[in-house]
Amino acid sequence: MKQFYGVTLKTPLMLGTAQYPSPAILADAFKTSCASVATVSLRRESGRDKSGQGFWSIIRNLDVHILPNTAGCYTVKEAVTTAHMAREIFDTKWIKLEVIGHTDTLQPNVFGLVEAAKILTQDGFEVFPYTTEDLVVADKLLDAGCQVLMPWGAPIGSGQGLNNLQGLRSLRAHFPDIPLVVDAGIGLPSHAAHAMELGYDAVLLNTAVAKAGNPVEMAHAMALAVEAGQAAAIADPMEPRDMAAPSTPVIGKAFLT
Amino acid sequence: MKINVNGKPQELKSGSLSDTLAELGYGDAKIATAVNAEFIPAALRDTYALTEGDELEILAPMQGG
Repeated sequence: MKQFYGVTLKTPLMLGTAQYPSPAILADAFKTSCASVATVSLRRESGRDKSGQGFWSIIRNLDVHILPNTAGCYTVKEAVTTAHMAREIFDTKWIKLEVIGHTDTLQPNVFGLVEAAKILTQDGFEVFPYTTEDLVVADKLLDAGCQVLMPWGAPIGSGQGLNNLQGLRSLRAHFPDIPLVVDAGIGLPSHAAHAMELGYDAVLLNTAVAKAGNPVEMAHAMALAVEAGQAAAIADPMEPRDMAAPSTPVIGKAFLT
Repeated sequence: MKINVNGKPQELKSGSLSDTLAELGYGDAKIATAVNAEFIPAALRDTYALTEGDELEILAPMQGG
């Protein structure tokens, strides 16, 4: 398994921490998912409520790597400032860099993404860029110092799965040594398994688990899916073909007509 | 001194950013701060003086995807 900035993950599942019905369900979902990374965010905190402090104590006990995000940032400056604040709070160089370009699709502003990635890498961050499957952008992100790429499968929270298989395959083929993560759009375990079957190194998902009728059970399903997909990729799947090919030997068949 | 704390105007005693956070009740909470959209590291809070009209952002860990 490839390393993510020098870190070998125990499992190829990165799980978000948002939208769960309760903190207890979040914690249970993490346990059954066997996720090795938790994505977190930063939001305004009131001196009276201190709601973020309780959340942090739950996350701290999950025994996972913390990957803070810059979700909701639309400009390079916002994203860079948020990353600095996240580094101080979570005490990690890792940052899931999001520079959002469109409110409807939440697709990355890849121009801003490359610019922010360059700034943050120079500042010592280890950037996990939420990007598209565009090869040219991927090249620019690597030039900017990123050592991981996280192309979307589909728009965030849409649950549509892998919308551009050809693009994702192409990215895998062009960057065989770069850790690749499908980030966003996963709705079902089959989507996650498919991403892993393509040879991706991990998947990052949140809504598919948090918004399932039974998040804890879905988390378990995702754990099985990524494990199966990863094993399948290692096993070197057969090539699909247009015509049938008998699997039962023809030679030795009796003449019974 | 009037400053905006997380977008809401508040009347606070003048002083350092550390004094202001204590006055607002943050204690030793895990937070990060920015003033006028610039990150102010925790190490600078004791010496950073807020001024009238400043925009103070106080962020904490939160759920995210």
